[in-house]
Amino acid sequence: MALQNQYTSGQRSFRQKLAPKLIYIRNHYFLYLMLVFPVAYYILFHYVPMYGIGIAFRDYSIFTGARASTWTGFLNFSKIFAIAEFSRAIRNTLVLNVLTLVFGFPAPIILALMLNEIRAGLYKKLSQTILYLPHFLSWVIIGGLVTTLFATTSGLINKGLTSIGLPAVPWLSDNGWWIFMYVFVTVWQGIGWGAIVYLSAITGIDQEMYEAAKVDGCSRFKMMTKITLPSIRTTIVIMLILRVGGMMSIGFEKPQMLKNVMVNEVGDVISTFIYRYGIENNKFAISTAGGLLQSVINFALVMTANSLSRKISDESIW
Amino acid sequence: MSRKNKIRDSVADRVFQVVVVVIVTIITLTCILPIINILASSLSSANANNANAVTFWPIEITLDAYKSVVTNGALIRSMFFSIYITILTVAITLVMTILCAYPLSHRDLVGKSILWPFIMFTMYFGGGMIPSYLLLNSLKLLNTEWCLVLPGAISTYNMILMRTYFSSIPDALRESATIDGANDFVTLTRIMLPLSKSMLATIALFYAVGRWNAVTDGMIYINEPEKYILQVRLKNIILNAQGLDELMAEGANMEFSLNTTQMRCATLMFSLIPVLIVYPFLQKYFVKGVMIGSVKG
Repeated sequence: MALQNQYTSGQRSFRQKLAPKLIYIRNHYFLYLMLVFPVAYYILFHYVPMYGIGIAFRDYSIFTGARASTWTGFLNFSKIFAIAEFSRAIRNTLVLNVLTLVFGFPAPIILALMLNEIRAGLYKKLSQTILYLPHFLSWVIIGGLVTTLFATTSGLINKGLTSIGLPAVPWLSDNGWWIFMYVFVTVWQGIGWGAIVYLSAITGIDQEMYEAAKVDGCSRFKMMTKITLPSIRTTIVIMLILRVGGMMSIGFEKPQMLKNVMVNEVGDVISTFIYRYGIENNKFAISTAGGLLQSVINFALVMTANSLSRKISDESIW
Repeated sequence: MSRKNKIRDSVADRVFQVVVVVIVTIITLTCILPIINILASSLSSANANNANAVTFWPIEITLDAYKSVVTNGALIRSMFFSIYITILTVAITLVMTILCAYPLSHRDLVGKSILWPFIMFTMYFGGGMIPSYLLLNSLKLLNTEWCLVLPGAISTYNMILMRTYFSSIPDALRESATIDGANDFVTLTRIMLPLSKSMLATIALFYAVGRWNAVTDGMIYINEPEKYILQVRLKNIILNAQGLDELMAEGANMEFSLNTTQMRCATLMFSLIPVLIVYPFLQKYFVKGVMIGSVKG
């Protein structure tokens, strides 16, 4: 008897909890109707491909299909590590990402600090407009600009060098110079756009600090290093952590558009490797295994970076 | 701070100012000079280009290279296909983004605690290139316009921007509409959307530029040359000598004398011009978008 009472009262509280939710859903059925399409989209174009990762563990071929293929465990992973080009691609991805971080990370901060020092309104506006432009150019166009300007014999840059008596530089066909070009183009493309975040952080700084410093006879340069820079410290740390979190991921378009067969030794990265093996040579299972490896490491890095960022400040991407 | 009350700058400060302006000017010039050089080369004669004489001003001005670009049927067809794809993308992505962002902007939405992680997870983990390709292959969407539109129907980043914007509209407005008898549909179409015009424009531009500039999916999902998007066509022309030769052969039919640099530059300018035309609008909206994005939602 007592047991039965307990049971019914439990059921009632369950109903009491559920009832307002059901009423909400009934009153706002339109919202759920709307959500049907996005949810279907996310399932079909995001979760189904995740399920498709399963072929990384199978002896998959496009002719037999996923169901007919046999389970092979981690065979594809040992296969892919036996390919010298894959470890080369991992190495190249890390080298290019680390160099891009070292040179590309401080650049927008320095630019933002300098833009902040410029007082002439029109000049500032004009230069900012032009500085953001590279961000809106496709990598095909940037690749075209770079290969035209830095061509070994006919390019404008080498023409300038030879006209002042310096030797022409093989910018895009020598391994070392190609790495330099990759980093240079990345920094160039991202510097203006990257500065926006820091510029908006700078606008939040209390102006009274500058006035007090000015009364004390502080120079503009000192104000920049002692007030502006420390004030945007949190933004800098968060941006740095997020960048480190992206160490294993590399876009496909940039390396693909900038590289050529002569620099595959340093320019072939994970994404271009997967494209070449998977799409061009139809080795689907092996390249999916490679992609999965990259995704898992990347996911772990991003999550670590995000929880670090949350510890340092309230900012996080979640 | 008014100018009259300003304490005079010291010599060191003025030197510092000059150094800053010089450095910023140099960086700014690196962004614009390459484009001017490309423009000058494309307008110069084949002789001038053969002699590598062109810097920032055209020599022996001619439109021959542009004539052969504009008369290239394949390139023009690709351009129209790209325009079509971009319009289709903007229409579909805007609708889908609103469909997703509006319900999620309701603070008390039942089921949000499940939906939100379900969507956010896709930002950090995905199937990757090959499983996506195989999916589109089994859906029989390869080599159609849909394989360039549907997989990107919602950019989660843009959706969050939209949701943040919806949430920033005071609740009082929605509540008063509800009291007046408006249901969710009426609230959305009569109150929320008209108030979010600038944000919708921003997001439409985000999607349009992203679609216009993207080349990866065009390379992977389309292998019939008559359905190449402009960026893929450009890639073949600009980065492969073979594509350039084909384009020059068209010019040769018209009895121009052309040079590879000149042709490459004209093709580059041809594809740059649409971006340069919309750029002033873009810049204004994009900066706003980034600012909203930096405010957490």
